[in-house]
Amino acid sequence: MDLPKIDYDDSSMSENLRILVVEADPSRVRDIVDALNDAGWTDVMALAQISALDRTVKEFAPDIVLIDLANPDRDTLEQITVATETDKRAVALFVDRTDDTLTQAALNAGVSAYVVDGLTMNRIKPVLETAIARFKVIRQMQSELDAAKQALEDRKTIDRAKGFLMRQRGLSEDEAYGLMRKTAMDQGRKVIDVATALVTAADLLS
Amino acid sequence: MTAQVLNCGYVPLVDCAPLVIAKELGFAAEEGLDLNLVRQPSWSALRDMLALGHLDAAQMLSPMPIAMSMGIGGLPAQIDTLMVLSVNGTVFGVSNTLAAAIGDVTFGDAKGLLARIAAHEGRPLRIGVPFHYAMHRLLLSYWTKTAPKLTIEEVTVPPPRMAAAVAEGHVDAFWVGEPWGSVAVQTGDATLMMTGSDVWKFAPEKVLAARRDWSADNSDVGRRLMRAVYRAAQWLDGRQNKPLAIEILGRSEHLNLSSDLIDPAVTGHLTPGLGQPPVAVTRFLQFHKHAANFPWRSQAAWIAQQLGADAEGTARAKQCFRSDLYRQNLNGIGADLPGASEKVEGSLKFETAVASTRGHMILAPDAFFDGRTFDFT
Repeated sequence: MDLPKIDYDDSSMSENLRILVVEADPSRVRDIVDALNDAGWTDVMALAQISALDRTVKEFAPDIVLIDLANPDRDTLEQITVATETDKRAVALFVDRTDDTLTQAALNAGVSAYVVDGLTMNRIKPVLETAIARFKVIRQMQSELDAAKQALEDRKTIDRAKGFLMRQRGLSEDEAYGLMRKTAMDQGRKVIDVATALVTAADLLS
Repeated sequence: MTAQVLNCGYVPLVDCAPLVIAKELGFAAEEGLDLNLVRQPSWSALRDMLALGHLDAAQMLSPMPIAMSMGIGGLPAQIDTLMVLSVNGTVFGVSNTLAAAIGDVTFGDAKGLLARIAAHEGRPLRIGVPFHYAMHRLLLSYWTKTAPKLTIEEVTVPPPRMAAAVAEGHVDAFWVGEPWGSVAVQTGDATLMMTGSDVWKFAPEKVLAARRDWSADNSDVGRRLMRAVYRAAQWLDGRQNKPLAIEILGRSEHLNLSSDLIDPAVTGHLTPGLGQPPVAVTRFLQFHKHAANFPWRSQAAWIAQQLGADAEGTARAKQCFRSDLYRQNLNGIGADLPGASEKVEGSLKFETAVASTRGHMILAPDAFFDGRTFDFT
């Protein structure tokens, strides 16, 4: 999968992001928080560890979590984020020192962003921005895919509802659809809602 | 001839023993392998490294390859179970507060314990597990679902932090692999109530996993790896080898755990609470006997069903447990192979002789605490 070109000037990037830093070493925490503040991000929370602090993390609702790949809390973080809705899910950035191909491979697999080569404080802003921008592209594609799947499901439901009306009322396909559309408009609902109700009723009656 | 380097990921728990023994006792070297054991900080990290090709093979929690094949395990990748590394070996423990509230229950009485816990008034119980796609979590869900009134909250806690999580009141109970249950007892923070085998008598716990394309492209290296690990597991289950095994594992840089923490799991003598006499648990941690290493397709199907798989997902899961490769690769070294690759999970109440290639296979009980059976054929 080739990554589309990324616009690094995305203005949403400068929004004040909520950042959670998971790091046990207090001096390193200080450095990271300072660097984030200097970069213009001030909504930062630092925790030495997050195991069993799932509620704290959920309440803070971070946009980004910065955590060392070597940190065992990663499993906890994964469980917390999986339980969150996709579009509100935090972007986890894993700081690692292994090698450069890993970031690309991980991103192409579409799960998480690895920030390799450690995290040098003077590079924190561009590194974070790049990782976030890439992740946004991936997430965008994912939600488009989800939308396409949903549309296909809706199509199937509408077809079933149409078929039911055609059989029960002796209507043509266009008439059946027209009837559902009129009902939806009269009731201020969506066609798919009317179709779903019809399919449910048909299942109950059959 | 120089040895073939093979990078194998693991998490430092007692049940990674077959990998450590394969390396330390030279079973891997005998197969011409330089087994490079790469310690992983978390299961998520291990999974990513294996899926992205930084590891050739890895110790995994048995549900992980299945979850990944169903597309729910975090990273979509085709990961196979080459063989089972260990059966059972987990414990369920409660905080001192909860222990006092529920009163005396016989160690290992899954039904009685559940009744007491369900009768416990108050907020939903917070129960610590190491990872969502773990046999611990599946057994916990299976067990607690039989008490419809009981509500629990699953909290993911890295095993080394489990004792602290109980001590600090973050969790009321936990389900964890050794040595971390015994550690929580030693620090005076918890009481062990039962083991995983009290819910399912023969639960595949850790597996040796590899990417499907890797095992296809490296069939010879894969065979040598499986043979080395098979011999190590066989050695580990020899009664006379246990003291030496504890000594080797205790000294190994790969585990970094003292011998007294390894002893309970390997001997099956668990101390449920401070000052209590040890309890001898049959098959607490089985490495080899009773076809423990055989990746039964029906075990894969059971896991898939617990993870909510449909018929198609269950069929795909079965293909992840490579009993075909197991037969192919271990037939030549005298392994006794079962006649079938699936069994009715939960149907064995006693040790039972079954048809096998060498004719002396005895399967251990695999019953569930509620007596249910699962036929996936």
